[in-house]
Amino acid sequence: MEGYAYARPTSVAEAIGVLQSDAASGRRSQLLAGGTDVLVQMRSNDREPRTLVDVKHIAETNRVDIGDEEVFIGAAVPSAVLNENAQLKALFPGLLESADLIGSTQIQGRASIGGNLCNSSPAGDTIPAIIADGGICVIAGPDGSREMPCEEFVTGVGQNALGAAEFLLGLKFKTPASGSGDAYLRFIPRTEMDIAVAGAGVALTLDGGGTCTAARVSIGAVAPTALLVPEAAEALIGTQVDAAALAAAGAACSAAASPIADKRGTVAYRRKVVGVLCRRASAIARDRALNNIGGSQ
Amino acid sequence: MSRVHVTLSVNGEPREMLCEAHQSLLDALRDELGMTGTKEGCATGDCGACSVLADGRLVCSCLMLGVEAEGMDITTIEGIAQGSELHVVQRKFLEAAALQCGICTPGFIVAAKALLDQNPNPDETTIRYWLAGNLCRCTGYDKIVRAVQDAAQELAYEA
Amino acid sequence: MAEAHDYKAIGTRPVRPDGVDKVTGRANFGADLNLPNMLHGKMLRSPHAHARIKRVDVSQALAMDGVYAACAGGDFPTNERTTDLAKNCMARDKALYHGHAVAAVAARTPYIAERALDLIEVEYEPLAPVLDVDEAMADGAILVNENLHTNGDASKPASNVAAIVKFERGDVEQGFAEADVVVEVDCRVPTAHQGYIEPHACTATINEEGEATVWCCTQGHFDVRSLTANVLGKSVGEIKVIPSEIGGGFGGKTIIYLEPIAVKLSEMSGRPVKMVMTREEVFRATGPTSATHCRAKVGAKRDGKITAASAWLAYEAGAFAGAPVGPGCMSILAPYDLEHFSIEGHDVLVNKPKVAAYRAPGAPQAMHAMESAIDDLARELGMDPIDLRLKNSADEGTQAPYGPVFPAIGFRKCLEATKAHPNYTKPKAEGTGRGVAAGFWFNIGMQSSAEARLSEDGTVTVVEGNPDIGGSRASMCLMAAETLGVPYDRVRTHVGDTESTGFCNVTGGSRTTFATGLAVVQACEDIIAQCKQRAAATWDIDVEQVDWADGQAIPKPGVNVDANPLSLRDIAKNAGRTGGPILGRASVNAQGAGASFSVNFADVKVDRETGKIDVLSFTGIQDAGTAIHPAYVEGQMQGGAVQGLGWALNEEYIYDENGVMENAGFLDYRVPVASDMPMIDTQIIEVPNPSHPYGVRGVGETPIVAPLAATSNAARDALGFRIADLPLSPPRVLEAIDNQADA
Repeated sequence: MEGYAYARPTSVAEAIGVLQSDAASGRRSQLLAGGTDVLVQMRSNDREPRTLVDVKHIAETNRVDIGDEEVFIGAAVPSAVLNENAQLKALFPGLLESADLIGSTQIQGRASIGGNLCNSSPAGDTIPAIIADGGICVIAGPDGSREMPCEEFVTGVGQNALGAAEFLLGLKFKTPASGSGDAYLRFIPRTEMDIAVAGAGVALTLDGGGTCTAARVSIGAVAPTALLVPEAAEALIGTQVDAAALAAAGAACSAAASPIADKRGTVAYRRKVVGVLCRRASAIARDRALNNIGGSQ
Repeated sequence: MSRVHVTLSVNGEPREMLCEAHQSLLDALRDELGMTGTKEGCATGDCGACSVLADGRLVCSCLMLGVEAEGMDITTIEGIAQGSELHVVQRKFLEAAALQCGICTPGFIVAAKALLDQNPNPDETTIRYWLAGNLCRCTGYDKIVRAVQDAAQELAYEA
Repeated sequence: MAEAHDYKAIGTRPVRPDGVDKVTGRANFGADLNLPNMLHGKMLRSPHAHARIKRVDVSQALAMDGVYAACAGGDFPTNERTTDLAKNCMARDKALYHGHAVAAVAARTPYIAERALDLIEVEYEPLAPVLDVDEAMADGAILVNENLHTNGDASKPASNVAAIVKFERGDVEQGFAEADVVVEVDCRVPTAHQGYIEPHACTATINEEGEATVWCCTQGHFDVRSLTANVLGKSVGEIKVIPSEIGGGFGGKTIIYLEPIAVKLSEMSGRPVKMVMTREEVFRATGPTSATHCRAKVGAKRDGKITAASAWLAYEAGAFAGAPVGPGCMSILAPYDLEHFSIEGHDVLVNKPKVAAYRAPGAPQAMHAMESAIDDLARELGMDPIDLRLKNSADEGTQAPYGPVFPAIGFRKCLEATKAHPNYTKPKAEGTGRGVAAGFWFNIGMQSSAEARLSEDGTVTVVEGNPDIGGSRASMCLMAAETLGVPYDRVRTHVGDTESTGFCNVTGGSRTTFATGLAVVQACEDIIAQCKQRAAATWDIDVEQVDWADGQAIPKPGVNVDANPLSLRDIAKNAGRTGGPILGRASVNAQGAGASFSVNFADVKVDRETGKIDVLSFTGIQDAGTAIHPAYVEGQMQGGAVQGLGWALNEEYIYDENGVMENAGFLDYRVPVASDMPMIDTQIIEVPNPSHPYGVRGVGETPIVAPLAATSNAARDALGFRIADLPLSPPRVLEAIDNQADA
């Protein structure tokens, strides 16, 4: 009986070697970071044996680098570790909240934002937050590494741009400018432990007078993939992010959503609530940005 | 299907086990090492009954592979008491009647200990959110939260 | 009753005797037993909600390396006497719900067993399912069972309605005609699961002479024994059942699923077989409680006097008869003293799992309907909802709607305590709603046995046969210590297996502390009687001249004997010389279980943009009779409250149009988590049950009854309009808010 196998590469090259050799022999391989999605899937709807390629013993996937220009977050860093990083939390509170929302304290100890992204669920909490923050995926492959904006990475429900012998090394962000703030909110029926029924990530920058000069808004769980909503960003840019702008941004998100009805919510519910979340998240991002005006973070 | 040799430390003791590649740490602890104190309630990370510490960090052992524990220090419910002395969380659970059937109790105690190890003075909201991944269907959580508060208070008093 | 508080042991809060093993991981639960040479069994389950089974072929699975046994319906005795339960354990000619067991295998590892299931061939003829109680009652409905006739009346056409239950008094039409105000509520409550954290598990072994031993987590191992014997066509004496610790049940572990299958696989393989359900199997294939459709109508005079009430209840039974609609009918009007009422309940088959007991089975759904109507009535009348209930409340001497006359009951005291409770008298916070509801459960007695064994050092071992699901060993020790007059720590309680203790009915119906407690008290009284005899013999006086006080035999006042009192320890030490070991025994069929009433109230806040309801505070007030171990009484009240809140807010079985449950896991079957809940405030009212030596009533079930209506009524108060159906999940609430705004 063809069974499961486990590989624990300690370098990028070794990992790619395992993936290439599986690809060549027609054997399925599966990337494993925190495993909090993979192990559940292995036990439910996807039992086919495969090689589990554990990518969290590679230096690059475990790095967190915070520079003046750029921030890099390794794909396999557990969410709990990210949230213990005060410097990172000050720069990207919304992104870290989105990571902190994934599952329980126990899940936090394993789950990574790289894993959340590669799982490519429409409801993945970090994905709208990463997109709002302008995250760039750094992908390792046989021909070296390549980069792509996060909003292009997820291509469908459970599907992404990774090739057969590629894996995600991490995410790159521009270090936020003065006057920037981000936020992510999701709706779940309980206070914890649910999958998002709808989610909204917002990142914006204000000038010294409190006028929004740049914004990105992304929504989750309301389409096959998380969506970047330029119309919502436009509703915020050039305003003081006041009630009217917030309402317009929310309306833009509701309009952009194309949700399904399922056990977690109806079409009408998701459409309405994603607008509410955008409005509320934008207000939080604005308040954070106001606190950051003038100061380096 | 060949099994993988795993060397790890469990409750401070060096152990070895042979795991199938897909076998969870929970199943490996229970079936390979015979340590049945850690419980399975769901095997999907939704109930926390299988909580253990992996290198000091709280995790669901059902969402880790046994092979991933290679080289790690695992602490299970069997390792929470020191010799014949119960941990303060264990004592407070007993005194506060914070268990009814007891199946979720090992997971709650491991999780509560992990909380107090990193935050000796948590407020009620912090306790409730920290423990949100541990389901209890008997107590309604009230007495569990109080037991953790009592334990924190005693630790503060001792300190 | 002032004397109720003179107890030394009863009413204290000691650490439970099984506690240390449960906080250290030593306690053995259902899945914790491993035997040498043991195999692992797995069940193949129907992918159809309704299908004829034309053929099952396990030969390819059996041929797989590592597989040692396989069975299907044909391997079990099948005749006209085959019970529903047997057919539920393993389908015969028809699969009646998605998840119904159709075959099983035993293999060297669980993984091999799972893979082997893929090799079992089943030929199904899919049939259209009937999935909803209203649809099932309609004319021309698809029939779950073509041979089922309502109330067994074969002169009528076959029906999905297995039974109709009625309770009536007076002239309900006349009562409504007399009313100044009549309100009516029509509501649906979804299927909810007990949600015990421990999945069903058992290990079985059988020898060449057909003697089987079963280890399992159950609320009643004597029932496991008889039910397993029935399914296998064996005699009860051939089966020994050893209960493990039990990781929650709430009624759901009072019947069997795996045990006869594990015995059969053991018989086929000659090896022990362990079977453990996955969480998904627990949801799909064990008994949740009924989804219901209820109508409640109540009319009153302007002064609040209720003139009539009526109720129509329809309960889904799942694939076999047996919805708890009878208890629903018994409970629905029990808090009230009424001249005119009518109650009609329907037990209705649908293609869903066979329902099992869930904590006060049937009462929460029924009382959700009536207590919602009572709340609406209070609003119509402009009366405080407690005053309205006080005006109509049942009390000692009231005839219950289901027949008997209540002895001393505590409903009025619960109502009065509510009115005086600081959580009730304090003003509501801005933008919040407060709702109140009454709860009731009749509780049961039934059969129990107990032994109290005096050890040579004077300690006492109590042996009884009710699995300890939430601290009952501690209660037994307290009652034994109280009776014997010794400290709590001198008594230990042991839950015996089917061969080491006398028959006990299940741990259920809130009967254990009452009925088994009664047997324990009597067994201890038996010890006392024997000790008095030994003392009399030692002192050479008549036994009538010996008293028992504070754990020792003493001569009665005025008896002229020069003797020191003989303690339990003294008597135990000398037992060999005075007649041999001392063993107290009792068996009872306990009568006079005391009904337990409650009042619950909740404060909630509604997010009008998302429809989310937060419970800000919850207070449970309940007549527990005498609280033997008050901490565990509070625990029952708090746990039941949170189960009720979960049901009210988010818990529900969600089915697709083919009858496949879509949320068979703790991710989407949303039981409350710690951060969802506030502290649950409790107040125990103690009106002793006159039929128990220490005044015990059942405690465990009543707490889940009122929270559904209390939550609904609080949401009604916050929203300004009622959402009759449950759960009050965010999409439902937001839709209702939007509809209300449009209207």
